[in-house]
Amino acid sequence: MRVAEALQYRIDAIVIGASAGGVDALSVLLPALPASLRASVFIVLHLPRERPSLLPEIFARKCALRVKEAEDKELAAPGTVYFAPPDYHLLLDKGPQLALSIDELVHFSRPSIDVLFETAADIYAERLMGIILTGANEDGAKGLASVHRRGGVTIVQEPDSAQVPLMVLSALRQTPADFVLPLEQIAELLRTLASAEPAESPLCQRGK
Amino acid sequence: MAADNIDIELRLLIDAIYLKYHHDFRGYAAASLKRRLTSASGRFGCQTLSQLQDKVLHEPKTFSALLSLLTVPVSEMFRDPTYFSSLRDKVVPLLRTYPSLRVWVAGCSTGEEVYSLAILLREEGLLERTLIYATDINPQTLQKAAAGVYAIDRIAGFTENHRKSGGRASLSDYYTAAYGRAVFDKSFRRHIVFSDHSLATDSVFAEVHLVSCRNVLIYFNRELQNRALGLFRDALCRKGFLGIGMKESLRFSSHARSFVDLAYEDRIFQKKDEP
Repeated sequence: MRVAEALQYRIDAIVIGASAGGVDALSVLLPALPASLRASVFIVLHLPRERPSLLPEIFARKCALRVKEAEDKELAAPGTVYFAPPDYHLLLDKGPQLALSIDELVHFSRPSIDVLFETAADIYAERLMGIILTGANEDGAKGLASVHRRGGVTIVQEPDSAQVPLMVLSALRQTPADFVLPLEQIAELLRTLASAEPAESPLCQRGK
Repeated sequence: MAADNIDIELRLLIDAIYLKYHHDFRGYAAASLKRRLTSASGRFGCQTLSQLQDKVLHEPKTFSALLSLLTVPVSEMFRDPTYFSSLRDKVVPLLRTYPSLRVWVAGCSTGEEVYSLAILLREEGLLERTLIYATDINPQTLQKAAAGVYAIDRIAGFTENHRKSGGRASLSDYYTAAYGRAVFDKSFRRHIVFSDHSLATDSVFAEVHLVSCRNVLIYFNRELQNRALGLFRDALCRKGFLGIGMKESLRFSSHARSFVDLAYEDRIFQKKDEP
């Protein structure tokens, strides 16, 4: 995981997209996030649109970081996990600031992974890590391509290890992923993203 | 770091629209505006926002088509049923104490919310004494709203929402179905004034008892949100009511202190007695 160690200094945000099988997958990944993580984490998990989501409550208990539902116009805080609320797209705006919208469904989904990933790529560019997990939908493929195009790190769950592989296969068709890994190894990689003094890193992009 | 081309083009296009057509999108939240404009430029056969700007400046028709793409959010009748049941339970009893009522639906789009409120007020016996101001920046959607005609395939969802909101009658009592469309009762129209109004550039036009403005503020940046909330505060009578979208909040606005929570879960607030 040497690459991951090199990456840790420049990752300001992690975006994660999942659909069918996503709750189980996130139950492996989110507990792996270190308490000292500097990055903000944004998650779109496809869920029924008409019900309030219990995801923040469920994952707050399993996670060393603060977990909450994304609120419109709040500033992205470091070391915080944000879930897109059901029936709203989650976007990133300059600030970085969170924004919600009720624009039309994308790939039959609201929130949509593409919308989150594309707007996050605009804001964070090469300081972004995008992760696509299990799902029965093509949402996220275009979004991950944007993350790649803007120089971010792309990670895709290994199709064989995904409960439903359609989403990761679509993503892999569009984007050369930097890492294609089973869930446990993605978790391992996330564990290495503990914060260090950014100034120590030659890769540091801040304070330019 | 130099700005990306697309961000430069976005700003120029928005300025062009403002200078030419006086529609002010400068205070809109950038990320969603950019997505809408990029997807619109594809529809108009433009490769870049600069090309779209050229078309918009020289073809007023393109602008009005673009305006519709920029301003029509997906809406439905009785969206978020608990908002409406909260209005029934917590706001209506207080509205009953006024001899006449004025309601402002700001950013009414194609009118789903307007008819929802009109139906609710009729069911509560209040519509006869109510005037609803329904405003939007887009004249085309205002026309659609005034017509009160919706595709019949949307009605099942509307009916379910109405029932969940505590509807006292069947939604079908309020419309006539014909040729794949549901036409809402013309009698509602006597109580609704549809009018062109911009939360970005216009001012307060009447004193009202209730403002309902839902899922409009999420498209604004903090400054424009603040402006809009200031208009609502100024328009509301003493102890008047404000309803906003379920994921919207007052907390980034300097006007937050002018309101108290009435039903926070459903984002219904009441204007304070004292400023």
